Amino acid sequence: MTATPDAPLIRVEGLRVEFGRGAAATTAIAGLDLSLGRGECVALVGESGSGKSVSARSLIGLAGRDAHVTATTLEIDGRDARGFGERQWRRIRGSRIGFVLQDALSSLDPLRTVGAEIGEAVRATGGPRGRAGRVRALELLRRAHVPQPERRIDERPSQLSGGQRQRALIASALAGEPAVLIADEPTTALDVSVQKQILALFAELKAQGHAILLISHDLAVVSELADRIHVLRRGAVVESGRADAVLSAPEHPYTRSLIDAIPRFDATAPRHTASVAVAVEPPAALAADPSAAALAADPSAAALAAYPSAAASTPASSATVAPSPPPATGGTPLVVEDVSKRFRLRDDSERTALESVSLRLTPGRSLGVVGESGSGKTTLARVIAGFEQPDSGRVSGLGDDPRDVQFVYQDPGASFDPRWDVGRLLGEAIELRHGRLAAGERRRRSIEWLHRVGLSEEHLGRRPSALSGGQRQRVGIARALAVVPRYVILDEPVSALDVAVQSQILDLIADLQEETGVGYLFISHDLGVVQRVCDTLLVLRHGVVRETGPTDRVLAAPADDYTRELIDAVPVMPGGAAPPVR
Amino acid sequence: MSAAVWRVLRRLGVSLVTLLGAVTLTFFALRLVPGDPAFAILGAGRQQVDISPEVLAVVREQYHLDDPLIVQFVLYLGRLLSGDLGTSYVQEQPVSALLVAQAGPTLALALLATVLAVVLSLVGAVLTAGRRLPSWISSALELVLASTPVFWLGFVLMLVFSVWLRALPIIDGGDLRSLVFPAVTLALPTAALLLQVLRQSLDDALEQPFVLTARSRGLGGLSVTVRHALRHAAIPYLTMLGFSFGALLGGAAITETLFSRPGLGRLLVESVASQDIPVVIAVVLVSTAVFILVNTVVDLLYPLIDPRMRERAATGARR
Amino acid sequence: MLLLFVVSALWPELLAPGDPLAADRGLVLAPPSPEHPFGTDEIGRDVYTRVVHGARSSLALGFGAVLIAVTVGTVFGLVAGLSRRVVSTVTLRIADIGAAFPELILAIFILALFGGGLGTATLAIGIAGIPSYVRVVRAEAVKVKASAYIEASYGLGLAPRAVLLRHILPNAVRPVLIIATIGLGGATLAGAALSFLGLGSPPPTSEWGAMLSNARNFLTLGWWAAVFPGLAITVFVISSTVIGRWINASREGRA
Repeated sequence: MTATPDAPLIRVEGLRVEFGRGAAATTAIAGLDLSLGRGECVALVGESGSGKSVSARSLIGLAGRDAHVTATTLEIDGRDARGFGERQWRRIRGSRIGFVLQDALSSLDPLRTVGAEIGEAVRATGGPRGRAGRVRALELLRRAHVPQPERRIDERPSQLSGGQRQRALIASALAGEPAVLIADEPTTALDVSVQKQILALFAELKAQGHAILLISHDLAVVSELADRIHVLRRGAVVESGRADAVLSAPEHPYTRSLIDAIPRFDATAPRHTASVAVAVEPPAALAADPSAAALAADPSAAALAAYPSAAASTPASSATVAPSPPPATGGTPLVVEDVSKRFRLRDDSERTALESVSLRLTPGRSLGVVGESGSGKTTLARVIAGFEQPDSGRVSGLGDDPRDVQFVYQDPGASFDPRWDVGRLLGEAIELRHGRLAAGERRRRSIEWLHRVGLSEEHLGRRPSALSGGQRQRVGIARALAVVPRYVILDEPVSALDVAVQSQILDLIADLQEETGVGYLFISHDLGVVQRVCDTLLVLRHGVVRETGPTDRVLAAPADDYTRELIDAVPVMPGGAAPPVR
Repeated sequence: MSAAVWRVLRRLGVSLVTLLGAVTLTFFALRLVPGDPAFAILGAGRQQVDISPEVLAVVREQYHLDDPLIVQFVLYLGRLLSGDLGTSYVQEQPVSALLVAQAGPTLALALLATVLAVVLSLVGAVLTAGRRLPSWISSALELVLASTPVFWLGFVLMLVFSVWLRALPIIDGGDLRSLVFPAVTLALPTAALLLQVLRQSLDDALEQPFVLTARSRGLGGLSVTVRHALRHAAIPYLTMLGFSFGALLGGAAITETLFSRPGLGRLLVESVASQDIPVVIAVVLVSTAVFILVNTVVDLLYPLIDPRMRERAATGARR
Repeated sequence: MLLLFVVSALWPELLAPGDPLAADRGLVLAPPSPEHPFGTDEIGRDVYTRVVHGARSSLALGFGAVLIAVTVGTVFGLVAGLSRRVVSTVTLRIADIGAAFPELILAIFILALFGGGLGTATLAIGIAGIPSYVRVVRAEAVKVKASAYIEASYGLGLAPRAVLLRHILPNAVRPVLIIATIGLGGATLAGAALSFLGLGSPPPTSEWGAMLSNARNFLTLGWWAAVFPGLAITVFVISSTVIGRWINASREGRA
């Protein structure tokens, strides 16, 4: 190659990607500088819409057919790639730069076997076909540490586990022995323990001399691997530098807010009283951001800016407005005794979703149910809510009023009737508790609830589809509480949201509990999120309760090996006193 | 392997039941017609022509019209199973003989039209999918073609090629050349529908992450379309193909009338005009049977294209 | 464009004051001219006037057939989608049998039994169209019933009846109107086809399909008598399809 050993494999200056032309053009990224050498890992970090993925794709000429890519320097192996046509890019792709996307279930062709996919990658990069190609594919699977490669090679992605799939995808990216690997959110779809293993694989590849460009929304993930970090926000680079410097001493308020917003567990930290202060900070920091004015036009940016005032008005409004009927504090606890649930699978085998699960929850308290995918946590929630009948065991303490348990969903958008606006949705919930109301009264109470969750009257006539993710979840919470339940089950209520929004919603959830005295069953895969809200934890694995106890004790001194494994699998930021949790 | 055999048998069973349902429906529909069914069968439905009592007696005997309805139906099924489709009193021939004589030209027409439609839509979709301007032009063309009445399209083609350009004969001369016109006429609207569905599915498939992965390996745009996207688009395409075969059968009636070609479609139209009900019912049943057959084949092809369906079907069969 | 067709159907006199049946023996098969923009037919009738007046029969046929198919199809689709298993299966099986007939062939069969004419033709096309609407509405009802927001409504504590009336029914029926708009084109095409085959409206009436059938015999002498009615059908079908798609797209954009 033309590159000398020390010369960067990729060198980019002033990268700019626009979509559309002329007045209608939108800028996805403006002014990214980046250099990547052998054995290095550079990370692009930002939330959705920051331009990180588009930047990475433009390095292999796949930014999209409407994309207009310019740069003052764009060198790959020391060659100027700015004028590259499709033919030249194809020689780069796979052979010089490999590409790994998130969620191998959709990033590998679901209709073909793993072997066919890797074989295609081998051939496309000039490798052998036929028997020799298969041998090569097996070798690649072994290099990515796919267990039982001889068996997996003839299976389709849907037959592999999440971790195996991701390894197979990485194997296919290695087919052309590329010097550079671009990994776009390579662990986002995975459970923490699997995420840890995949990150270890990338570390191994890095040690073998591969250069890695890692793209993630998660600073914690990046901190394990990256030598340098570029923080992106709405198409602009807000901070760049050595990883340890950026993480331990962030200069830009946005970076700081990202670090702060990462839920972290720390047995000594007091709970949500402390996090409220953290949550009010990011919007304030945004106001100081010089680009904030330019972003004001963006609805979600405006929504962010609106939060401080809403947060300030919350205590006031709850004091002045007529309170809803007093919430039932204390009283009979919700008791789940020895509940088991099995599902029959199509091949007639049975899968145990829950095995003798017991728990106890009183109004005003919050119980966190933590587990990875397949742990049975959602089934547990559905059994308590009465959507599923348990095979054995019983749920008591609820009476037979279905209004007493309400649900907040991971994807609130899907839980709203698509024809209805926010006012009608809230009105329905309010009338469910209070009976038929006059239109004016219904409206007044709906607005009252909007205020309580930090929204305003203007949202009343909007459809949920016209709201941002965070706003939608606020409506979801308002609707659940407007029925004045004794318990609310929150099923991964923040996992679909960006970190900064996550933090605000968690605070809202905590504040509303103090206000209404409702009991929470908080379901999450994320230890840090649960720690922010819950006083008691229950760790679930394969339908079995592994450990339960006060949050602080469980996190500080886990009694169970699996709990310890979960805590250890959480990426740890170097230098930070408090380990952040994804 | 036995699971696959089981699946095929089950699907065939469903088709047979559907066909039986269709037969039942036609049988009882005939009884819904006001008046004596014997008159309808004789082709004198509403004309109330005088018919000699002897002939009436023969028909009553043949169709067992004096027996209870359920007996009539069972006997009718028995006759159908033995291949006896009744007698055309208008043409004074067994219906099956009429059908056999007319089936060939229609089969040739339908097959050629299907092949044409498939080729046109495949080539068109692969070349235009994922490209803005070609897609736009093609979709405008599809809209016009799919909205054009088959018979008018035939007119325009005749007008342009026969009357103005004098390139092809209008009226059937019996050779392959005369098949071209009707087949193209019949194929174009179907091709437009197929093209629409296929390009839409290809576009959807090309948006999938695995396509990005494939391209990041260095594969070219066309080979990604052919190797990855086409297989994913195949199921909606085949569904549409099966569905549009029904339209093709209906269209054959129009095309054959328009181009004065022999065939089942024209036989149907002429039999309706002459109130030759036994022939009408026979043609309806035969085309329905063919339609069911085509859709059965399409259904059986799905799992070959999408192995995930094979697993689902295999485990589902044992439920 | 569609508006123009509707006006032609309701008040043809506004656009074409002449008599569609008035024949000018001196002007047989005259090519298009300022007096007769679409020319005249084989007995000297003005093709333009006949095309405008033909809109009524052709559109009535299309609208009527879609109305029958949609109404009946929606009712049975909802039954199949929402009722208990046995009822649902039986309804669906019957719909499957109906769908096993090629639509146009089924319509011809109905006409053969019950005689021709505009009314029967409308009925025939409407009946032939029912099975596909049953399937669409059923699929939609099943989808809505299984959707997260319906479960959420139960979770909220709403009575099953309220969930059915307030959330399931309106959402299940909603897409039908759009499909019906797109289906209007197909029904009009089928109606014209039946008339072309001589099974729809009887000869003296001006109906697009029947006019084409007539003009077919004089193709070499006067192409205009065939081209313009056909063009009217095509343009009508295109415009109703485009409008249907546009409503569909704008709805999806909002949801």
